[in-house]
Amino acid sequence: MALRDIAIVGTAQRPSEMNSTFTSVEILLPVIQQLLDKVGIERSEIGFWCHGSCDYMSGQPFSFVSAVDAIGAWPPIIESHVEADGAFALYEAWVKIQTGEVDVALVFSNGKTTSGPIDQILSLQTDPYMVAPLKPGFDALAALQARACLEAGVVTERQMAEVAARSRRDAHNNAIAFTKGNESADDLLAMPYTLNPLRAHDCATPVDGCNAVVLAAGDVARRLVERPAWIRGIDHRIDTQRLGARSMIESSSAAIAAQKAGVAKDRIDVAELHAPYTHQELLLRNAMGLGESTHINPSGGALVANPAMAAGLARFAEAAESIFAGSADRVLAHCTSGPMLQQNLVCVMEGE
Amino acid sequence: MSEADGLVRLRQPIGVTYNWSAGPNATSHLAGLMNGKFVGKRCPSCALVYFPPRNGVCPKCAKILAGDVEVGPKGTITTFCIVNVPFLGQKIKLPYVAAQILLDGADISMQHLIQECEAEDVRIGMRVEPVWKDKSEWGPSLENIQHFRPTGEPDRVMGAESGAS
Repeated sequence: MALRDIAIVGTAQRPSEMNSTFTSVEILLPVIQQLLDKVGIERSEIGFWCHGSCDYMSGQPFSFVSAVDAIGAWPPIIESHVEADGAFALYEAWVKIQTGEVDVALVFSNGKTTSGPIDQILSLQTDPYMVAPLKPGFDALAALQARACLEAGVVTERQMAEVAARSRRDAHNNAIAFTKGNESADDLLAMPYTLNPLRAHDCATPVDGCNAVVLAAGDVARRLVERPAWIRGIDHRIDTQRLGARSMIESSSAAIAAQKAGVAKDRIDVAELHAPYTHQELLLRNAMGLGESTHINPSGGALVANPAMAAGLARFAEAAESIFAGSADRVLAHCTSGPMLQQNLVCVMEGE
Repeated sequence: MSEADGLVRLRQPIGVTYNWSAGPNATSHLAGLMNGKFVGKRCPSCALVYFPPRNGVCPKCAKILAGDVEVGPKGTITTFCIVNVPFLGQKIKLPYVAAQILLDGADISMQHLIQECEAEDVRIGMRVEPVWKDKSEWGPSLENIQHFRPTGEPDRVMGAESGAS
């Protein structure tokens, strides 16, 4: 089957904040309006709306339904929701456009990450019979993975500190970022462990945030933006949920997803990797074969602003913006989900 | 864990504490209830008055709701059901009436309890008024109202003259 050409044609993000007193709907609405204004389309021109969020984060069953208030559902619209990061909603929207039913889709995601103990909430994603009752803590699971990687010599603490130092430095150029810093890797290595072998800067900063992107097909995309970010490959792979049954020192799902998305076909200028822990960026780079010629996370990445369920779609937005700006020709956007990089979604986009 | 019938059962309670924020729009609504007032919000685009102001936006226009509008306290029953079925935690004597009430000046109805009349006398269009609990029991909640009761005024014909669309 011939695939349709589909591109990201616009993005909008809300600057990160903590302990937001707005509702999710009040946070989303202005961002969606800003995006529609930026792309220059009316709500009536959106053929499909797709939303990513997590009810566990608000503690309210079906809380995602209220987000429909933020997009306006009269006259009736076609919409869907994934209980996951907005990047997976983007994947659904991409499939929807591939069916030929619609030409334009708006994808949005939100996470009020600081309204609950996100470390506990995310660990409820684990196997409910054998793992979740142990209440392992999401950071602790990542620390186990980091320990395994260090022991195996796959990563070093210095490399991890270098990832953090670079991300905090790059964050100065990103209005969305929350954590910024000018420390050297040596400075960071001198900091105490918070969850040995992780230090505070090895873990992403949980923030409240939301974002939205517009996808469009073919000539519609060309009409809406001068240089669309064409999706040339997109693939989602999952490692087993049994934590003891998979390798902690590599990410085979990320490797397969990258291969299927065609990452190695040509040079990647910019890669926006969704790595909430420093060692995970190193694992992802290994898995996807990203070398020195690729600029990793010029936005500062999820490490400096991690609105859970929106941080993955933020990577797509950042990568697409570098195509719009002409600063990159071929980019990679990635989203992970679940403990220890369990799920990986990889997308390659190109400018024309 | 019990193995009385040969099955292993595990009880695994999970509790998570949230800092829930009502948001600025619902806050004026909740603060109003603490002062014995019904405060709704008006959509700046279609002018509909929302009580309660939902998530602070007009879902029809996708606009942030604007000014506070005091509505009620009297209202009209737009639909109702008579509850005859007992259930766990039942606090009210059966049968009782749960009704949708359109407060005067509002464009969406809210649900509340109808008391101080026979269930079979409740009807669409019936005028009702709130009976508030003692002030010492008030909080930021519609539960400040014990129930609504008939006012005895003539019924209001629902439809043409209603602001709702």
